[in-house]
Amino acid sequence: MSAIGAISGVQPGVAGSAALTEPRWVRASAIAVMLLFIGCFLVVPLAAVFVQALERGLGAYAAALVEPDALAAIRLTLLTAAITVPLNLVFGVAAAWGIAKFDFPGKSVLITLIDLPFAVSPVISGLLYVLLFGLHGWLGPWAAEHGIRIIFAVPGIVLATLFVTFPFVARELIPLMEAQGTDEEQAALALGAGGWQTFFRVTLPNIKWGLLYGVILCDARAMGEFGAVSVVSGHIRGQTNTMPLHVEILYNEYNFGAAFAVASLLAMLALVTLGLKAVVEVRSRRQLAEALRQRGREGEA
Amino acid sequence: MRNTWTRRRGVLPGFGLTLGYASCYLALVVLVPLAALAAKATSMTWERFWTTVTEPRVVASYRLSLGASLAAALINAVFGLITAWVLVRYRFPGRRLIDALVDLPFALPTAVAGIALTSLYAGNGWFGRYLEACGVKVAFAPLGVMVALTFIGLPFVVRTVQPILEDLDPEIEQAAASLGATRRQAVVRVILPELWPALLTGFALAFARALGEYGSVVFISGNMPMRTEITPLLIVVKLEQYDTAGAAAIAVVMLAASFALLLAINVVQWRCLPAARGRV
Repeated sequence: MSAIGAISGVQPGVAGSAALTEPRWVRASAIAVMLLFIGCFLVVPLAAVFVQALERGLGAYAAALVEPDALAAIRLTLLTAAITVPLNLVFGVAAAWGIAKFDFPGKSVLITLIDLPFAVSPVISGLLYVLLFGLHGWLGPWAAEHGIRIIFAVPGIVLATLFVTFPFVARELIPLMEAQGTDEEQAALALGAGGWQTFFRVTLPNIKWGLLYGVILCDARAMGEFGAVSVVSGHIRGQTNTMPLHVEILYNEYNFGAAFAVASLLAMLALVTLGLKAVVEVRSRRQLAEALRQRGREGEA
Repeated sequence: MRNTWTRRRGVLPGFGLTLGYASCYLALVVLVPLAALAAKATSMTWERFWTTVTEPRVVASYRLSLGASLAAALINAVFGLITAWVLVRYRFPGRRLIDALVDLPFALPTAVAGIALTSLYAGNGWFGRYLEACGVKVAFAPLGVMVALTFIGLPFVVRTVQPILEDLDPEIEQAAASLGATRRQAVVRVILPELWPALLTGFALAFARALGEYGSVVFISGNMPMRTEITPLLIVVKLEQYDTAGAAAIAVVMLAASFALLLAINVVQWRCLPAARGRV
């Protein structure tokens, strides 16, 4: 009840004015409806993961995590993220530099193409690589001839993850770098800095929060992806199982305690992601707002 | 033509390097695989394609996917609007925590969401035991698909409406009030029309995401042919039967649907939200 007691309108000066905010009972019931919705759909499912993970005691919990197949799954998930995040990071920075700092025809088409993987169902993302590298795919026979296994092996998992996490860094950086313009870089160059020097000393500090924000989102998706990876993995225990796939196998074997134990690790990762995101988002928004404000001032001058 | 874009291009270095690298990487990771899909689909005859995508089992999955996604997006439109409103307009303890928590469906792996929701709504689960006592079956029924898709789409409406609501000039409301509008009139006639395009965009984004969702649904749906199979699952089923052409055909139908939605979202954005271009 104390929550409702503390409710007030958004503008302190006019909070009392009945015409500018809703009646007290409307505010209270809106908050109650929202809490019920968020509670049922977000809080309870999240709590259920941890409760069921620990239901059979800490011993069983720990045992489920140090079992060899679980450890192999954790290793593969970390490996996949360690490959895909840096690759998409370099792409994101390169794409944002090329798109935001220069004018050229076809720019909006390029931005649309970069966003494309977000419009594709995860299952289709996996399917694309099966069609490309599967036995009857374009490159499948060639890969088989050279003894390279891609589908139902680790390279397939990495490629599918690369596809689904492709836009994250680029789409954070493009609007930010467009808003910042090229003035500071031009000044650095005029003062005799080299291209790389300008990038590392001038551009990078300006975009660091937006960059970090993109990396956090990219990493969370890379470690948690299920649909795309499930299509290309082949589900070989201890070899091509990532953590989400391991959760699925345990769950389908009715080994619920172990499934929720591994799931709780992923849920903790999600909570850490949300915490970092909240901190970084504020700073990255501030960076963008700062850049937009400066542009506005220049526009007036 | 050339002069207009060499003007800026001449100043900073790295145009060729960055754009060349980005384009090659884009082509390798995204465009070549999509071309492989297009090639696979066009290698089928039209009759074969048509019979594959209109099989009764596939049509039943369209019906479930469309229906459940639409229902989930509608639920999210209503409750997402209320959530965004409360988060922006009212102050109460725990507001910032809830604000951060709204993004949980983006951060939580879908498989984890899937097993958590299934365990809650199964016959012996925290919610399921009461719901089934009332005769409502959620897990392993179409209703369960809707629940999972509601979870997945939850952040979209909140996150599209929230910034518009924050940027709304309080003076418009003051003007409405000083001209004699009641609070209800001010909300319905002045504020809601401003939010409408963002609400529609959030709804469409949630709908598009729900259509393609796989991980959270396959656990709770029970995957019974003709009853609780979603369309992405049928792609997996076709692949397990080594019918890659069939899988490609269904994928083409799904891609066409999501691109059409994306186009609709862009039209809404460009026509109604000039200030928020590129934001979503």
